[in-house]
Amino acid sequence: MPAKPKTNSEDYLRMYTQMARIRTFEDNANQLYLSAKMPGLTHMYSGQEAVAVGICEALKTTDKITSTHRGHGHCVAKGANFKQMFCELLGKEEGYCRGKGGSMHIADQANGNLGANAIVGGSMGIATGSALSAKRLGRDDVTVCFFGDGATAQGLMYEVMNMAALWKLPVIYACENNGYSEYTRTDEIAAGSITARAEAFGIEAFKVDGQNVLAVNDLAQKLVARCRKGEGPFFIELETYRYHGHHVGDINREYYRSKAEESEWKTNRDPITSFGTWLAEQGIATDAELKAIQEDIKADATAAVEYALSAKYPDVIEVDMHVYASAS
Amino acid sequence: MREITLSKAVNEAIAEEMRRDETVFVIGEDVAEAGTPFKILSGLVEEFGTDRIIDTPIAEPGFMGIAVGAAMTGSRPIVDLMFGDFLFLVMDQLCNQAAKAHYMSGGKLNVPLVLRTNMGATRRSAAQHSQSLHALVAHIPGLKVAMPSSAYEAKGLLKTAIRDNNPVVIFEDKLMYQDKAPVPEEEYLIPFGVANIKREGTDITLIATSSMVQVAEKAAEMLAAEGISAEVIDPRTIVPLDEETLLKSVRKTSRAIVIDEGHQSYGVTAEIASRLTEKAFYHLDAPVVRMGAMDVPIPFSPALEDITVPTPEGVAEMARKLCSGTMIHAA
Repeated sequence: MPAKPKTNSEDYLRMYTQMARIRTFEDNANQLYLSAKMPGLTHMYSGQEAVAVGICEALKTTDKITSTHRGHGHCVAKGANFKQMFCELLGKEEGYCRGKGGSMHIADQANGNLGANAIVGGSMGIATGSALSAKRLGRDDVTVCFFGDGATAQGLMYEVMNMAALWKLPVIYACENNGYSEYTRTDEIAAGSITARAEAFGIEAFKVDGQNVLAVNDLAQKLVARCRKGEGPFFIELETYRYHGHHVGDINREYYRSKAEESEWKTNRDPITSFGTWLAEQGIATDAELKAIQEDIKADATAAVEYALSAKYPDVIEVDMHVYASAS
Repeated sequence: MREITLSKAVNEAIAEEMRRDETVFVIGEDVAEAGTPFKILSGLVEEFGTDRIIDTPIAEPGFMGIAVGAAMTGSRPIVDLMFGDFLFLVMDQLCNQAAKAHYMSGGKLNVPLVLRTNMGATRRSAAQHSQSLHALVAHIPGLKVAMPSSAYEAKGLLKTAIRDNNPVVIFEDKLMYQDKAPVPEEEYLIPFGVANIKREGTDITLIATSSMVQVAEKAAEMLAAEGISAEVIDPRTIVPLDEETLLKSVRKTSRAIVIDEGHQSYGVTAEIASRLTEKAFYHLDAPVVRMGAMDVPIPFSPALEDITVPTPEGVAEMARKLCSGTMIHAA
């Protein structure tokens, strides 16, 4: 890890813990799918943990994020708990959205998560509008818009970046480039440079190693602080990797990427392993302590899954509740 | 009572609500100094500044999406969509995002925004600036849809829309912007889901929306001269729909024509006619008839355009057939 040593051990351990929580959450979600206990399907965030955690650790609770179909990582990183998340994945009443949203729509407004979005690129306007609200209403909130490399092909992104730049909005566009747009290599769908597209609007754009949580967090801290001073918007391209297929059912994927490539990322560029190694080298935590953190998280996840499996479904009378908010 | 134009009524509604609530702002193309191509918003930027009357680039999906996000985070945006035809450009943000956010989040997120746009043919604007597309959005659960039929309704419904905690789409007929109607000086609101009986009658019910209310009223006058008593009802909002008032009228008159400027097939007229048939079947003496715009793209030539939309003469002729019993055997 190239990042400079720091003294704030608590922050580092929280980042490690949050990354491990995301990985463990996804391992459990994957098992629920494979054992046919989860309705529908889901998209795993495993491999990309340093992106969500590095950025969300630079945010306050009142700062906002918008998320994607691959959104469990953002949700955990912004403060959500396992129990309500697993309940939502299983369509249970105690889920974050009372079972009405499921994996692709978890919203956790109390923690500033304006929701995952199952339309690729669909939340870019929402994030930009959230930043407009903050600026207009005199709040110092920053909004981070998470999206994948695939979403850079959507026209909406360019419309809203244009307006964000014209109006100097406190929004950070965080492009998680995991190399694949569904089942297609990114270099087949993205012409030219992704960061240059933001730069064309006069938006400062950065590229960062999305597997290095400290590098991501350092950059995010700086940009969030500058956003609060009215210097936004910003754009970050985070180079990362998706360990699973496009979704949990995308098992046989050698036609679009090799096992050797997957193995290379998992073995040599895993964000959790490499950060754990660095923590041990710096004397911030021993291997045993890190292992204990992992075990605690696993126990927490197991308990949450068990709880969610036996939790009750929403009563059928809820089917037409929440179509409309009360008028006033 | 003073009379003002529909355009002025809209302007007043926005100004009053913006004075009342700091979180309300207007966003759209050429809304500030230009006051929109129809000059509806003229003067607002002088009072409220460019911070609250926000000019955007020509990017309808972009500013629609921005409004959704602003609405989720404490603002009450009024989106100005210059032509109803541009709805096709904003459909994802309106129907997949705004309409569903409250439901998908289990009631956590609210999207209190108003999308003001227009409708109406016979302005010689051809097929991409003349459509009446309210049925498209009325089909989507989560959206409310208002259709003012005069300056009075335009003001009262818009004020209610701005205060509502849901996404509301308001369709103003662009040919009525200069039409005047009595509008009180003092504040008033018109609740959603309450139809207005414009004219009482006993022989046939004419249910009409937006500018078609004028068409129905003219038809009712022609019919009155012939001894046919027509009741004219304006639902004012099609979502929510005041079904009770419509059913009560049809149970009394036993006949109904539904008149609306959307294309006739799969439209608002079909929905209302179907509900009346399902719920007042044994009271009917004739089939409930739909009269909408022809199922053609709106043509440019005046010679063609004028025959695509319902007219008072056409409505009166249909009413005569229904009242005389000839329509029953028409097939």
